[in-house]
Amino acid sequence: MGVEGIGASVVRKEDRRFITGKGRYVDDIKLMGMTFAQFVRSPHAHARVKGIDTSAAMKMPGVIAVLTGQQIVDDKIGNLICGWAITSKDGSPMKMGAWPAMAPETVRFVGQAVAVVIAETKNQARDAAEAVVVNYEELPAVPDIRAAIKPGAPQLHPEAPGNVIFDWTLGDEAAVDAAFAKAANVVTFELANNRLVPNAMEPRSAIADYNEAEEHFTLYTTSQNPHVARLVLSAFYNVAPEHKLRVIAPDVGGGFGSKIYIYPEEMVCLWASKKTGRPIKWTGDRSESFLTDMHGRDHISKAEMAFDKDNKILGLRVKTHANFGAYMSLFSSAVPTYLYATLLSGQYNIPAIHAEVITVYTNTTPVDAYRGAGRPEASYLVERMMETAARQLKVDPAELRKKNFITQFPYQTPVIMAYDAGDFHASIDAAMKAIDYAGFPARKAKAKAEGKLRGIGVSCYIEACGIAPSKAVGSLGAGVGLWESAEIRVNPVGTIEVLTGSHSHGQGHETTFAQLVSERLGVPISQVQIVHGDTDKVQFGMGTYGSRSLAVGGTAIVKAMEKVESKAKKIAAHLLEASEGDIVIENGEFKVAGTDKSLALPMVALAAYTAHNLPEGMEPGLKETAFYDPTNFTFPAGAYICELEVDPGTGKTTFVNFVAADDFGRLINPMIVEGQVHGGLAQGIGQALLEGAVYDENGQLVTASFMDYTMPRADDLPSFKLSHTTTLCPGNPLGVKGCGEAGAIGASAAVINAITDAIGNNRLEMPATPDRVWHVINGKAA
Amino acid sequence: MSTVKLTVNGRAVSADVEDRTLLVHLLRDHLNLTGTHVGCDTSQCGACTVHLDGRAVKSCTMLAAQAAGSSVTTIEGIAKGDELHPMQAAFRDNHGLQCGFCTPGMIMASIDIVHRHGGKLDETTVRHELEGNICRCTGYHNIVKAVLDAAGHMKVAQAAE
Amino acid sequence: MYQTTYHRPSSVDEAVALFGKGNDAKYLSGGQTLIPVMKQRLASPSDVIDLARIKELIGVDVSGDTVTIKAATPHYEVAQNSALQKAIPALAHLASHIGDPAVRHRGTIGGSLANNDPSADYPSAVLALGATIKTNKRSIAADDFFKGLFATALEDGEIITAVAFPVPAKAGYAKFPHPASRFALTGVFVAKTRSGDVRVAATGASQNGVMRVAAIEAALKANWSASALANVTIAASGLMSDIHGSADYRANLIKVMAERAVTAAG
Repeated sequence: MGVEGIGASVVRKEDRRFITGKGRYVDDIKLMGMTFAQFVRSPHAHARVKGIDTSAAMKMPGVIAVLTGQQIVDDKIGNLICGWAITSKDGSPMKMGAWPAMAPETVRFVGQAVAVVIAETKNQARDAAEAVVVNYEELPAVPDIRAAIKPGAPQLHPEAPGNVIFDWTLGDEAAVDAAFAKAANVVTFELANNRLVPNAMEPRSAIADYNEAEEHFTLYTTSQNPHVARLVLSAFYNVAPEHKLRVIAPDVGGGFGSKIYIYPEEMVCLWASKKTGRPIKWTGDRSESFLTDMHGRDHISKAEMAFDKDNKILGLRVKTHANFGAYMSLFSSAVPTYLYATLLSGQYNIPAIHAEVITVYTNTTPVDAYRGAGRPEASYLVERMMETAARQLKVDPAELRKKNFITQFPYQTPVIMAYDAGDFHASIDAAMKAIDYAGFPARKAKAKAEGKLRGIGVSCYIEACGIAPSKAVGSLGAGVGLWESAEIRVNPVGTIEVLTGSHSHGQGHETTFAQLVSERLGVPISQVQIVHGDTDKVQFGMGTYGSRSLAVGGTAIVKAMEKVESKAKKIAAHLLEASEGDIVIENGEFKVAGTDKSLALPMVALAAYTAHNLPEGMEPGLKETAFYDPTNFTFPAGAYICELEVDPGTGKTTFVNFVAADDFGRLINPMIVEGQVHGGLAQGIGQALLEGAVYDENGQLVTASFMDYTMPRADDLPSFKLSHTTTLCPGNPLGVKGCGEAGAIGASAAVINAITDAIGNNRLEMPATPDRVWHVINGKAA
Repeated sequence: MSTVKLTVNGRAVSADVEDRTLLVHLLRDHLNLTGTHVGCDTSQCGACTVHLDGRAVKSCTMLAAQAAGSSVTTIEGIAKGDELHPMQAAFRDNHGLQCGFCTPGMIMASIDIVHRHGGKLDETTVRHELEGNICRCTGYHNIVKAVLDAAGHMKVAQAAE
Repeated sequence: MYQTTYHRPSSVDEAVALFGKGNDAKYLSGGQTLIPVMKQRLASPSDVIDLARIKELIGVDVSGDTVTIKAATPHYEVAQNSALQKAIPALAHLASHIGDPAVRHRGTIGGSLANNDPSADYPSAVLALGATIKTNKRSIAADDFFKGLFATALEDGEIITAVAFPVPAKAGYAKFPHPASRFALTGVFVAKTRSGDVRVAATGASQNGVMRVAAIEAALKANWSASALANVTIAASGLMSDIHGSADYRANLIKVMAERAVTAAG
């Protein structure tokens, strides 16, 4: 490895602009003549829109236009789509209700837009939005899963009787029944996976700019995948033709899934920019983020696991209800199905698994992928099951896991996934050593003498990343391919631009991707520019989510570099009068092996562009493109162990130690990888201890600001002890697996398993707030 | 409308703004200092933290007019030319940032923490003192490391002055 | 935020005069509550009158058996004042745990008391220490000042100028922060006066704002120690209940925080 190549913890190239205040986020951009949008949003969870009076608002200072949902329907702007088709067990297609960008007739969640005001200043737009009079007829609302599936419950969409979207199954039901029939022990319990609000620190923002003379639109937006946004806005929403729409996602302040989707606000700003002939900016405030960013999780499940007399797992049966909120968001249907039920095997040899997933509409903000997306729900269920089973079977939880680990690879699970590589014993052994698992009983006894309840909890997660092999996901209902593209431009002076369809919103691609180039071509990373986030610059891309950027996007870069290298070697061989096979690259020099003849990369690049002396028939230039479609998912896995203390007086949890042993395959920049793990752990711990979106019985979001929704803060979290074990991913040339979601997937079960160990009671739901824990300790209903 | 006169990053500035204008909007919209961010509307997240007369404040929680006559320092005003402030360098060197959105507020709050505590900082104190700044990316692990690292460098720099 | 007009008087008298001229004026001190409320358009004062730069309203004075904090003194200054730290360390401790550092640089005791948020920290100290609230018109005993949620004995246009705290024999404050907002989910201030009286006030708990806790006062008067509270039970009736703390949980917190406050007081 070079000092800036694979495996080097180099500091990030992108940091200087962020630490000096020179980052350029959407809301930092000003265009000439820019106006401001303010949406008029429903205060009701469910209501009929009987009329909208815009006359007073139109007379307010600075107001340019007031536009309503009916106008957007009249202009034939398309409804929002869900891009993954799921079929119910009875063979019927999923039941998708219509979702217009602004509601012309019915609002189905608090915060849904019904109209928009465009004005000269932000304050004027907001002043006028308050003057728009909307006449609502309130309808009864269903705020949660249980209310939605009750007989006689209020109905959200005529397309979905009983509020059920689909009832889907995976696995061999008969095999599972047979496994349970011969079981020596069965462990059963019910659990919920709490609804979360993603809360990227940068609120969503969009600027739409229509050029009438060119009939061309530019959209600056807070997106994780600008090309997908352009595709959907043009092909499905009919807002602008694809070749007349440029989408730019500049610096984006965190995403965690919530900025994958194409939201009503972007559609409306584009549409309204054409209508008004003015650039329009919309920047959400945090209250709008809480109400309108797609939420995450929100399952209730019943799980049963069968064991033989030797505590080997025989089968797993899971029935899950998933809350989709008021509408089906872009990837919503894939989350509790192919990203959830397919991971229910965990790290274990489970001969038979059957899952049934019923998804329902409620009068709440729509739910879609949030960091981990389905995999945290699966991991939490499996790992709480393993801990609960160990306690019921009276065996050590770590030993029960080890006894059931998968040890032979490749391994075909009964739920689609084929694990390609892993070493689960290595991770748990590393974690147990790091936390001194053997010494825990003594520490627990000491804490007890001091009046504290100490607990330890294990969680062994596996996830499927590198999303995704296009043919496989296509056969499962995906509406798009999930490959990635890259273009390498070696400039005439030897500097290099890498254009990638991945998008960085905190992940450090500008550094990691540059390290790949440095490793391969021997140039310093300062000579490499990573270009992303602009559909006019980058040919195409599927964006960043599902821990895919390095495994898929990075591999596309490697593939493009292979082509560049091949051509450059041909040129070098020609100029050095050597055979192509004798050319090697060392420290940015093209050398003839075994001689002192060499050419620096800039000389080769210059030769490619001057084209004065190229091999016969070779095209000038040194620029190559590659599209890479993975052959399988990648399977990061690891073991997390958490040790903590509960204060019996207040129910408050304090961390003693948190260790993580992850297997991400090869690490390109260990510093960045560890940063990703830290952040993921914080979100997993946040889910376990602090975070939870709560609706009241009328569908009002109770936790609609940072005053009520508990974001993890510095003093809520410990410092983490990380380590890595490595099995290389055989599916891609880098051997990488992906690290962005692991922490969020594995952490929550470790925390809850530790608290339930501390308090000696398995019945505990997330978030384990002090109030809730205190009630469980004292045997009271929360 | 009022004319607000104040010093920003060492330069005297004057702006005609509505009385309801917040300090953060004066900085961002009128002075084009967009390094100061708005991450919430309830004064919780700290992305808008600047120094007012040498002390960390939330620029979203005061009117621009309240700052009239005061001296404001933003993230754009702490480096000496190309030479980064030790806190900026420490955030980079310790990977104390990912998406960068909370970072300016985090750095301004952290400088204030070191100023108030001098060399007497430990991990627990730093975590408690960062209570008013929310980061969604880093899990704070490397931010805490960065602040402790910078505290050492700032002490050395102060001693040298 | 709605339109408003900003004023910066240089004296209390000028502030009062400006208040009289506005049709719906409000005093602005540190603004750490009023500005957020105005941003959310939940308040729309015609005029805001900035008290934070009036020199006669800033400063801490410790003399003999009284600590006087002038109304526009920021929490940070209170927490850092070495004479105050010596006289009533529990009060300095309380001030150092309000909000977060940036809030403490702006927020003031006068603003906190005039607002009387049921989860604010300062009212518990004022009530437990039996402080006197001084205004431009009169002096008000703590027992007469707090009138329920966001309500006080202040008349329209009246300005708090200072708060005078008698130095106690012993005092302690223990706060269980609200996990999200970091206000007091429940905070308890215990004080033993130099004459031997015991006063205990809880914030963040009651539906009527800050309150005295008679059962704990009686137990501590008999025996000033945490163990004296072992058999005390606090009724949940009348206490606030929300997703972060049910009434019975808050009742428990009153007792547990009182125990810890007594331990801290020594």
